Amino acid sequence: MLTQTINEEKLLAEFEAKINAEIKIEPKDWMPDEYRKHLIRQMSQHAHSEVIGMQPEGNWITRAPSLRSKKILLAKIQDEGGHGLYLYSAAETLGVSRDQFIQWLHEGKAKYSSVFNYPTLNWADIGAIGWLVDGAAITNQVSLQRTSYGPYSRAMVRICKEESFHQRQGYEIMWRMMEGTVDQQKMAQDAIDRWWWPALMMFGPHDTDSPRTSLAMKWRIKRESNDQLREKFINKTISQAEIIGLKVPDPNLIRNEDGTFKHGDINWDEFWQVVGGNGPCNQQRLEHHFNVHKEGAWVRESAIAYNIKHTNNQ
Amino acid sequence: MDLKLKYYLQIADNALILSHRLSEYCSRAPFLEEDLANTNVALDLIGIAEATLEQAAIIQGKGLSGDDLAYRRPENEFYNTLLVEQPNKDFAYIVVRQFLTDAYHVAFFSELTKSKDPFLSALAYKSIKEVTYHLRRSSEWMVRLGDGTEEAHVKVQTALDSLWKFAKEFFKETDADIFMQNKGFGADLSKVETAWNQKIREIYIMATLKYPPLNDSQVYGGKEGKHSEYLGHILAEMQFLPNKYPDAKW
Ligand SMILES: [Fe+2]
Ligand SMILES: [Fe+2]
Repeated sequence: MLTQTINEEKLLAEFEAKINAEIKIEPKDWMPDEYRKHLIRQMSQHAHSEVIGMQPEGNWITRAPSLRSKKILLAKIQDEGGHGLYLYSAAETLGVSRDQFIQWLHEGKAKYSSVFNYPTLNWADIGAIGWLVDGAAITNQVSLQRTSYGPYSRAMVRICKEESFHQRQGYEIMWRMMEGTVDQQKMAQDAIDRWWWPALMMFGPHDTDSPRTSLAMKWRIKRESNDQLREKFINKTISQAEIIGLKVPDPNLIRNEDGTFKHGDINWDEFWQVVGGNGPCNQQRLEHHFNVHKEGAWVRESAIAYNIKHTNNQ
Repeated sequence: MDLKLKYYLQIADNALILSHRLSEYCSRAPFLEEDLANTNVALDLIGIAEATLEQAAIIQGKGLSGDDLAYRRPENEFYNTLLVEQPNKDFAYIVVRQFLTDAYHVAFFSELTKSKDPFLSALAYKSIKEVTYHLRRSSEWMVRLGDGTEEAHVKVQTALDSLWKFAKEFFKETDADIFMQNKGFGADLSKVETAWNQKIREIYIMATLKYPPLNDSQVYGGKEGKHSEYLGHILAEMQFLPNKYPDAKW
């Protein structure tokens, strides 16, 4: 018992030394249980977010107003599915299978980003998601490229390359609409009015109310705090809005002397409502995923049966 | 209607409407990898439709764009076959619809490479790589479902028996097909059908399915602009924004 404790202490010291020296932790390395658990939760939540995020955007594929926009949107959603795949594979290195992750999602034990529990109501929402939601995601993911867990960090590097396209494409939809008819301008403003606050909430609670942040920061899973990332995001995004004539729906927004911004109060009650399952689309999104998975079972089973049959015959 | 234009639209509309059906399926595939592969096929088909519609707009000479032809054309001026507009009833229907169309596309574009129309032969050469990959994928699914579990076998046989009545419209010659073949611009549909038949038979044997289905009677109409009830709904959705906001650019 005593040797075990001493051993653990030694291992932990080595682990933390590596972290402090910016050496990535790899799947076969020893890691504290808490570190593994944190990563399993965060990485699977991240993977699920990519996949569930396909739904609100998918809602507009069949109504995309031009062949070009339809191609871009389809390719974008495909990228997100691909991100889901990289992340599931990276998360599987922690010893949990994709099937298990999906089961936890269906049982409500795993979460996905709450932002996808809002509906897409007009075409400008597709622009707003690319610009604001992907924009917020990038801010977070750029930071996560330096995360301490090797497979997660490498997945983020790959993902970030694609994400910047998404943000540009989303912004392009917005400025085209702002240059368009009055109806289009109204749709664009309506979209930012609905997506602005959910995008800010994507960074999570304020640092003072974020229980898990300190350990994650210490072990460098997270490199910058929720509030730091949120500030980065608003500082780059507000001027983009102003350039094309969109108004950020924050009457208490303060412009600092150095050109940075301070946002007004975030409605945390709404945030916790949505996190708790009571957002406008929580049930719809989860049911969609669950039903599709269930309906696809016979296909997966047949593919496996075929493989078994034809491997044994050889 | 200009017969050359109609010929172009026949090609474009098969790709456009099938890609639309596939795009409806996004986020609904049995597993994630399959979702991405499905989207790939949809993207390739939109590419074929887009290039062909842009050229069709030039032939038409009314100053319209490829998008105008996709988004502002009435239902009875669409010339896709009835098969490609059939709904995504389940994965077996999607696979069978895709397989029958892919086999046609491979045979058709192979013949079309001989076209004396430079656009069509270039389109054929470019598309053949893509549709060959599509056919490989849908053939594999036919076999995995047909020769996998009993449940899947029944489902894929049911889908085949149900969709077979639309399978041969590809080879039903329209005035546009005849006009273009006579000029050396169009594919020889009898050769296309022979190649198609061979591929279909081969895969049905590998998939242990009954071929041909007991009921071989066919329903035609799409290539003449007479569609099923489904196309109107597809277009109502697809054309919604350009219809509602005719002056908007997106
Ligand atoms: Fe992503
Ligand atoms: Fe993205």
